[in-house]
Amino acid sequence: MKALMFGWEFPPHILGGLGTASFGLTKGMAECGDMDITFVIPKPWGDEPKDFARIIGANCTPVVWRDVNWDHVQSRIGHVMDPQQYYSLRDHIYADFNHIGTNDLGCIEFSGRYPENLLEEINNYSIVAGVIARTLDFDVIHSHDWLTYPAGIHAKQVSNKPFVIHVHATDFDRSRGNVNPNVFRIEKDGMTHADHIITVSNLTRRTVIEKYGISPDKVTTVHNAVEPLSEELLNVEVPPKHDKIVTFLGRITMQKGPEYFVEAAVQVLRKVHNVQFVMAGGGDMMEKMIRLAARRNIADRFHFAGFLRGKQVYEMLKASDVYIMPSVSEPFGISPLEAMQMGVPSIISKQSGCAEILDNVIKVDYWDTNAIADAIYSILEYPSMYRQLRENGLAEVNQITWDKAGAKVINIYKAISGLTP
Amino acid sequence: MKAICFYFQIHQPFRLKNYRFFDIGNDHYYYDDFANDDIITRIARRSYLPANEMLLDMIKEYKKKFKVAFSISGTALEQLEQYVPEFIDSMKELAATGCVEFLSETYAHSLASLQDPEEFVAQVKAHDEKIYQLFGQHPKVFRNTELIYDDDIASMVQAMGFKGAITEGAKHILGWKSPNYVYKAATAPKLKLLLKNSKLSDDISFRFSDSGWAAYPLTAEKYLGWIASLPQEEQLVNLFMNYETFGELQARESGIFDFMRALPRFAGDHDIQFWTPSEVIAKLKPVGEMTVMHPISWADEERDASAWLGNTLQQEAVEKLYSIGERVRLCQDRRIKQDWNYLQASDHFFYMSTKHNSDGTIHSLYSPYDSPYTAFTNYMNVLSDFMIRVEQQYPSDIDNEELNSLLLTIRNQEHEIEELKREVDMMRNNLEKDLTGDLVEEPATEIVPEEKAPEEKAPEKPKRKRTTKKTLAKK
Repeated sequence: MKALMFGWEFPPHILGGLGTASFGLTKGMAECGDMDITFVIPKPWGDEPKDFARIIGANCTPVVWRDVNWDHVQSRIGHVMDPQQYYSLRDHIYADFNHIGTNDLGCIEFSGRYPENLLEEINNYSIVAGVIARTLDFDVIHSHDWLTYPAGIHAKQVSNKPFVIHVHATDFDRSRGNVNPNVFRIEKDGMTHADHIITVSNLTRRTVIEKYGISPDKVTTVHNAVEPLSEELLNVEVPPKHDKIVTFLGRITMQKGPEYFVEAAVQVLRKVHNVQFVMAGGGDMMEKMIRLAARRNIADRFHFAGFLRGKQVYEMLKASDVYIMPSVSEPFGISPLEAMQMGVPSIISKQSGCAEILDNVIKVDYWDTNAIADAIYSILEYPSMYRQLRENGLAEVNQITWDKAGAKVINIYKAISGLTP
Repeated sequence: MKAICFYFQIHQPFRLKNYRFFDIGNDHYYYDDFANDDIITRIARRSYLPANEMLLDMIKEYKKKFKVAFSISGTALEQLEQYVPEFIDSMKELAATGCVEFLSETYAHSLASLQDPEEFVAQVKAHDEKIYQLFGQHPKVFRNTELIYDDDIASMVQAMGFKGAITEGAKHILGWKSPNYVYKAATAPKLKLLLKNSKLSDDISFRFSDSGWAAYPLTAEKYLGWIASLPQEEQLVNLFMNYETFGELQARESGIFDFMRALPRFAGDHDIQFWTPSEVIAKLKPVGEMTVMHPISWADEERDASAWLGNTLQQEAVEKLYSIGERVRLCQDRRIKQDWNYLQASDHFFYMSTKHNSDGTIHSLYSPYDSPYTAFTNYMNVLSDFMIRVEQQYPSDIDNEELNSLLLTIRNQEHEIEELKREVDMMRNNLEKDLTGDLVEEPATEIVPEEKAPEEKAPEKPKRKRTTKKTLAKK
């Protein structure tokens, strides 16, 4: 089966969980066999893994005819994709896009990030999708998250092939209900045009059904999974420590509920003294949290580690005794799974999607700081609690693999293509 | 001729309230009175009371040919006395018919048999005393918590003087053998074993109202037909179940009460009698020995102790609890003794089970907690406080031996004082006799100093105790 996927991020150049999840899923589907996947991203860097999906860059796809020779194309985009692909795409330009402004290859430039003119970039991406959909042969279209829905819709209109959208998050999660009407419009449009909607949790599924008014028959949950960690990361060295460490790792924004972590820390510190609390990450609520910690008089035991990258994340996790994610609303939340992979007992809010599939974690309501404090205390003070969560958590998370998620997605493809009864 | 042996279990634990780590060292009351009251009252209304009424009617109607046995844990009895006293009266009425046998078990429905032999014996005694006090019977047959049994338990039970014990007819132990015979314990040849017939018991307690079951609907006629068609030699069918089966697990509307009421009538047709466990032991001879190396029970698919001791949480909790067993037994403080009992209930550990298969759902069904981890956290917080209290009584830096010798001295002194008192009393009596008789006055002078001695010593008793305690505290 041939799938045409539209995504926004792809490792190693990722900005959030979307890239990791898109990558994992693609790989998992490839492992199920008999899949031919083309993955379109706005701006490939050339170092993306290509062994299980063909990468097409939107910024390498011509929308205006330019007479360029092979060598020029090779030197400009050869590191990203095959020049031959460029020429076949060039044969399928379908309208005059000179007004947009293109480069020497007739391609539109993309930032590949989340710039100010995001809506314009989304629109351009959809123009490019028209060219790609006219060029390639595929059986199903799959769009990851709202940024790529317009592209998917366009591809569907061109090719009349079944269209699947993958909801990694909705604007209701990102904004705690304070939805941006433009984003909502794009999301709703994508959901209406889609033949099937995949959500990353039942929580998100309910949001899609209730807030966007989509028929439940059309929405299926496929939970995310995790890639096994490399030996190098698992055995990362950490400096010796004297105190136990409780860690919050993520964007310090309203969605992640950082203030509940601070309040729980206040309670625990009243009873336990040899413990440090770490809040790693950046975000618009960071300063507020620093002030809160100072006002609660725990600043000596409460640290802000700043934004961690790559290996630093795993060093931090390895040094931790408890991982905590008190998210107010989390469509899935991959980070507790990573903590579990590193053998760190985790406390997560019941309002996060991953709570639906995890058993060997402690689940609390995000607002219930008493329960969070109790859970932290219990893991710190009772050795068997720590051991049980660590060992069973490790065993559990190792069972959550992408090939299982991939198989589910393939079944959905088959169902909407009429290949299975 | 065949016989059915019915035995019903009644047990309720004292559920713990939400006990936070701030409460450790500050709050010494651990129980969720509201939940405990609510649950026992509900179950009693829906199940225990109507079921008792049913049994009483049946015994009257069938002129004492219908007999059953009960095993009621001490904690359940306490709750019933407190919240549903009418149930105790109704039970006394049943006991008075002579058709109801009460079985022995551990007072707290505990796991002491697996962890702490000394505690085990103490609890069995406490339970049997309670039964005698309420129902006037000395239990003759032993039934352990959740039918937990192994060879070591068999020896202990025999040593306590029981003639029989009840356990699960676990398939992995029985193999090709049938549970429908009496066996004897390999390690305790005088102990006869009655094994639960799981299939027929569960037909009533779990499958009765299951409309997806092939044999649904189950009628008394059909059911006794099955029993009657068992091989001729298999004379005994042991039906052991929770008393909640009637009215709670199987709702009244399912017809479970009518099913039971009809049993004796159809039993008569097939020449099937009803025996109590004691009768079974008196009438049937064991056909073989049973060796059980690892503990069995009636819980879950595995029929072992893993429902209570299966994971590290449960193991730590149980280990911590019994690590202070010896200390607590030295204690005289009644509240500590009471909490010690309540905290031992196996249910607390059952809630911590992390089995996530189909059996695991049973665990979450009965648990007041939303996850095993919360169950553990709450229990350990309570236990931490309890341990602090025990520690305050007897600081742990005095080792048990030293403490024992000190306590022994105190006790010996008490003992000595008592003996002296007795001696004095005796002498006094003799003296009076002598005075009334015609003896000379001479011995009286001898006795006078002896008379003084206890007067001096008696007030000394509390004094000495206090001083020893002080030295303990200082240490």
